[in-house]
Amino acid sequence: MAGGIANASESAGIYKGRAGLLILPSWLVIGFFLLLPVGMMLIYSFLTKEFRGGVIWEFSLAAYDQFFFNRGLFGDEPPQIEWTYINIFWRSLWQAGLATLFCLIIGFPTAWFIATRVPRHRTVWLLLITIPYWVNLLIRTVSMKFLIRDTGPMNEFLIWLGAIGEPLQLVNTNIAVQLGLFYSYLPFMVLPIYASAERYNFALSEAAADLYAGRWTTLRLIILPAVKPGIIAGSILVFVPSLGAFLAPDLLGGAKTFMIGSLIEEQFKGNAGNWPFGAAASIILLSIVMTVLIFYARSQTRREAR
Amino acid sequence: MLQKTQDATLAVDIEKVTKNYGSFTALSGVSLDVRDNEFFTLLGPSGCGKTTLLRSIAGFEEISDGAIRLYGEDIAGLPPHQRPVNTVFQQYALFPHMTVAQNVLFGLQRLRKPKDEALTRCTEVLELVQLSAFAGRYPNQLSGGQQQRVALARALAPKPKLLLLDEPLSALDLKLRQAVRVELKQIQKETGITFIFVTHDQEEALTMSDRIAVMSAGEVQQVGTPREVYEAPRNRFVADFIGETNLLDVTVTSVTGDQAFCILPGGREITCPAAAVVDPGPGHLSVRPERMTLTAPTDALLSGQVENHVYLGTDMQVMVRLEDDEVLTLRVQNSDAVSIPAIGSEVGIALEAGAARLLAD
Repeated sequence: MAGGIANASESAGIYKGRAGLLILPSWLVIGFFLLLPVGMMLIYSFLTKEFRGGVIWEFSLAAYDQFFFNRGLFGDEPPQIEWTYINIFWRSLWQAGLATLFCLIIGFPTAWFIATRVPRHRTVWLLLITIPYWVNLLIRTVSMKFLIRDTGPMNEFLIWLGAIGEPLQLVNTNIAVQLGLFYSYLPFMVLPIYASAERYNFALSEAAADLYAGRWTTLRLIILPAVKPGIIAGSILVFVPSLGAFLAPDLLGGAKTFMIGSLIEEQFKGNAGNWPFGAAASIILLSIVMTVLIFYARSQTRREAR
Repeated sequence: MLQKTQDATLAVDIEKVTKNYGSFTALSGVSLDVRDNEFFTLLGPSGCGKTTLLRSIAGFEEISDGAIRLYGEDIAGLPPHQRPVNTVFQQYALFPHMTVAQNVLFGLQRLRKPKDEALTRCTEVLELVQLSAFAGRYPNQLSGGQQQRVALARALAPKPKLLLLDEPLSALDLKLRQAVRVELKQIQKETGITFIFVTHDQEEALTMSDRIAVMSAGEVQQVGTPREVYEAPRNRFVADFIGETNLLDVTVTSVTGDQAFCILPGGREITCPAAAVVDPGPGHLSVRPERMTLTAPTDALLSGQVENHVYLGTDMQVMVRLEDDEVLTLRVQNSDAVSIPAIGSEVGIALEAGAARLLAD
């Protein structure tokens, strides 16, 4: 009897040890790919810059100071708020938000369309959505530039149609950047919404219609709440990379469409860079993204607790 | 009493309704009259068209041909949200992100009822289904039986002219199902709303309905009170589907009025009610197992050998093989007063007057 109890606790101990071993890979992944890089970035953002790129191991708040304040050309004037970077940041938030909205407006009906096909056709549609993404993002973005430039097929076609007299100046505008972001991240909106929509119980739409709800009311009161998790997940998946995107703004935009991703990218490129400043900008970006995600996670837990 | 129901106004008038899915005919020329304040059941096996008919009345299916009139108004062309009809769905289809009260209020809000009126009505129907204490719960916090009652309350709340119920009890366990039957019938009486109830369960149909339409293969086989369809089935399908029955192959000699003269296997002649005028020749008699008794083999209408007994608790089932190799099943009450002949013994079978019935096909 007593032996049995001892055995039981012993084996429980063994399993406990083994379970610890089993989650080791997860810890390695999190450690190497999450904690280590973010930790490095955080440390670098508080170091002094080396002029030819790299850092000097000396504590400094200069990077954050440079981001938020202007102390004149020689750094000896009273600090004033530096709007340059805050404006870039603001523009990035705005662009990313807009891209998310457009992806949602196009992505939701697309996902809904796919989810309402017969099961064997759904796979085909999903494949069609993802096929362009087998091509490298850089090449896709450059192709977009070729498509929309002054002498590109789109403008030539519209002129041939007689819809416009002069080519539309799209390259180097916000519209081009939007188009690039939209094209880059649309599937990240479609796929999570599809996953929610596919599980939707269509009897709920019938019940709503039975209880005197028209099509729009049913969409608003029944369908949207049901696919909300997919919409939120898709919005995060589009918003976050759009915020840090640099390919689309670099290639399709100009000086006026400069985004935070490009700003950070420049700090680490060649000899002109400023590593601590780039790291600080990344940390600020990360904080904003994390805040958004934490709010989402909180709202989800509240939902589940209900 | 019977006279009164027949004089009652027509609630639903289904006229020659046909529904085709491509080359498949789900409903072929179905005509039915449902009376005001009636508990009307569509009974049949799966695939018989009963659910298609219900969904056509609700508006979820567009009928290919025919008319559906609700208190005189043709509703066949209206979308579901414009029909003054509510449905209790088979899997309830409760809105998962809304509380019980919000579910019940949904229809009232769509009809733009004043807020206090809607709330009063909500309280009223939740009381009716005894769920007042659960108004603030979400559907996933309720048991199956409670969810079923929310679905009922939600459908009753807008005071529909007609309530459709699509096998609402099939997801419940047996004990609960039996309790809910009584409750449902009670609620129908109290509210005075016309119910159309779809089921494949003949016991459900017999216990709750005022009238039953037995359906098969997209057609109505028979319409009648539970007693009529059980005791006076029209054809082999109805006799076989509702309750247990024995189908005896007989030779019809003549039919006059509603009386038939048939020759039983074994050669004896019998006079019995006929469901329809049948041409002389081969025919089918339906005899219910509980309407036959075992007698001495000599001079009986039918005779044969006891082949098997099955113990059913309240009853014994006795199988008797007739001389022409047909096997009849009888039900004998399980009582000390009745002695059951041993397997292998020769027995006779007596029929109560009117127990046998010549079927239309």
